[in-house]
Amino acid sequence: MEFLAYFGDVFTPINFGLLLLGTIGGLILGATPGLSPTMAVALLIPFTFRLEPAQGLILLGAAYTSTVAGGAVSAILLKIPGAPANIATTLDGHTMAQKGQGARALQLSFIASAIGGVFGVLLLIFLTPVLAKWALAFGPSHLFWLAILGVTVIGSLDSSSVVKGLLSGCIGLWLATIGFDDIMGAQRFIFHPAVSGGINVIPALIGLFAIPQVITMFAKGRVSLDAEVLTVEKHPIRDAFREVFRRSRALSIGTLTGSVIGLIPGVGGQIAGLVAYDQSKKMSPERDKFGTGHSEGVIAAESANNAMVGPSLVPLLTLSIPGSPTAAVLLGGLLIHGIFPGSDLFDNNPDVAWTFINSMLIGQILMCIFGLYVAGLAAKVAQVPNAVMAAIVLGLAVFGSYSVQNSMGDVYVMMALGTGMYFLERFGFSAAPLVLGLILGPIAEANFIQGSMIANATSSVGQYFFTGPLNLTLITVVVASIAYSVWMELRSRRYTTKDDAVKKEEAIS
Amino acid sequence: MTDLPRTQHIIASGVVAAVGVAVAFISYTQEPAAAFLFPRMISTVFVVLALWTFGKALMGRTKVGNGLDSRAMRNILPGLIVALVLVYWAAKGLGFYTATTIAFFILLSLYDPAPHSEVKSWIKRALITAGFLAVMYGLFAGLLNVFTPREIFF
Repeated sequence: MEFLAYFGDVFTPINFGLLLLGTIGGLILGATPGLSPTMAVALLIPFTFRLEPAQGLILLGAAYTSTVAGGAVSAILLKIPGAPANIATTLDGHTMAQKGQGARALQLSFIASAIGGVFGVLLLIFLTPVLAKWALAFGPSHLFWLAILGVTVIGSLDSSSVVKGLLSGCIGLWLATIGFDDIMGAQRFIFHPAVSGGINVIPALIGLFAIPQVITMFAKGRVSLDAEVLTVEKHPIRDAFREVFRRSRALSIGTLTGSVIGLIPGVGGQIAGLVAYDQSKKMSPERDKFGTGHSEGVIAAESANNAMVGPSLVPLLTLSIPGSPTAAVLLGGLLIHGIFPGSDLFDNNPDVAWTFINSMLIGQILMCIFGLYVAGLAAKVAQVPNAVMAAIVLGLAVFGSYSVQNSMGDVYVMMALGTGMYFLERFGFSAAPLVLGLILGPIAEANFIQGSMIANATSSVGQYFFTGPLNLTLITVVVASIAYSVWMELRSRRYTTKDDAVKKEEAIS
Repeated sequence: MTDLPRTQHIIASGVVAAVGVAVAFISYTQEPAAAFLFPRMISTVFVVLALWTFGKALMGRTKVGNGLDSRAMRNILPGLIVALVLVYWAAKGLGFYTATTIAFFILLSLYDPAPHSEVKSWIKRALITAGFLAVMYGLFAGLLNVFTPREIFF
């Protein structure tokens, strides 16, 4: 119950003000199609430089939580999910809004999000210290395999092609080696003065997440958003609370599904929402009503995608292995404040860690309260034309990446990586594993070198890295995640490729 | 799959494979070897996966990624050129705020669906640009004390 000792820190005027700002800002940003939670957090990092570590993290944490929930506003009122996590919400939420129940759908979505989110953060509170103690048993070889696991799991599960996902991870790992080698001081891959000090993670994250989105907006050309914002009628909030608790099956399915999925590295909110929606539909006696504006669909999807937020930070805070792209961005935010997450985070910086986690808990409640009030404004912001949004994001990306070290080199790197990533994405490559590779690369290399030194002094490198129950477990998980993804890819291809469809037709005829 | 995406896939995976081969070559030829131990491991996997992808693209068996059609390329090109000029020349050459103001206004003019013939839409674009720059200046110069390479205007 150590977290209770730091609860008061959330309510200092500055901290609470930042929490409010992050929550309301996040709700509006989240409602804007194309501004994903990861990108919103990446763009916000430069604004935290002048803040104390706990304050900066409060702002980032609040933005992360509320952008996920804010995406429901445009999903319900415009039929455009604010983020991939809100895809499942669109299915019933927008139909409800079309029937004149927009306020009810929004209320249900924010209440379910808050309940799921609180459960997820409580899981984070109670799991993290236990796992952090357990993580003390991790040596260099285990941390090396964990870093590799982080890249391979996201590379194989988060991408539509396993090979291209893993290749993206390799590109990220290579980018992480650019600069001077830590042990020998040797120059590695310095092909331009802008990268002589290595690739700074924050400008790289801004570039990799923001610039492809800017170019995607360019690709749409001179088009206006023709989605109609549905009007929001009044609906008593008390009825919405009653309805959420009456639909406890959908709420518990969503909350538990989201929490479990959040704990698995690489599996994001998009999957959490869709899996919870699907499970809730299968287990509901009213399954026929799903898709026709049924409240269970909204409750299951929204409770799941917010329940995922807290647990997705467990691997980051205990093992310093970000389990998702947004967690990777938050790791960047932690590192610039000199906070190194891991097993000793709660011993060295308990105030920062607990204030951050507690603020996420309070943020869930604030999000529920303010979500209902700012929904109308957020829906209007969601209609901002592409041209304005692209120019704003580009401007923020340029200024934000420059402000990291007052260096034009960082801006050059940001733009080059972002532009390159846009084109790579068009050919099936993915930004998430590349980012994970970039962030986990130094962790993997440092532990590999350290492990090799220990191995040379005690046993052989092979024996050190490939024996022992924990090493073998981690290697098994790495191999299993790749094998599973390959199997899933082959299985889905069997039924989806054009050639196979033709063959099947020929066989039938 | 039409021929255009197939050619695009070959070019894209060819570029990635070329980078992979270059990284592997540098990793295995540079000294001291100890400093390149980790890059050697990565580049080996990198080059194998990249060549596999390139081979699949050559055989026309790439299943993921839609490439770019000519309409999207035409739409992207003006905006991308403005962005690249802003970042690689104008931000330092003209000053951050001047360059961003010009780039912002050009981007709005290029992509805003409002008709170019109406004076009202030009005034709206100018006001949005001025508002955005005022916020940026307030945030970065005022609040965050970010010192740009040049002064506000030049």
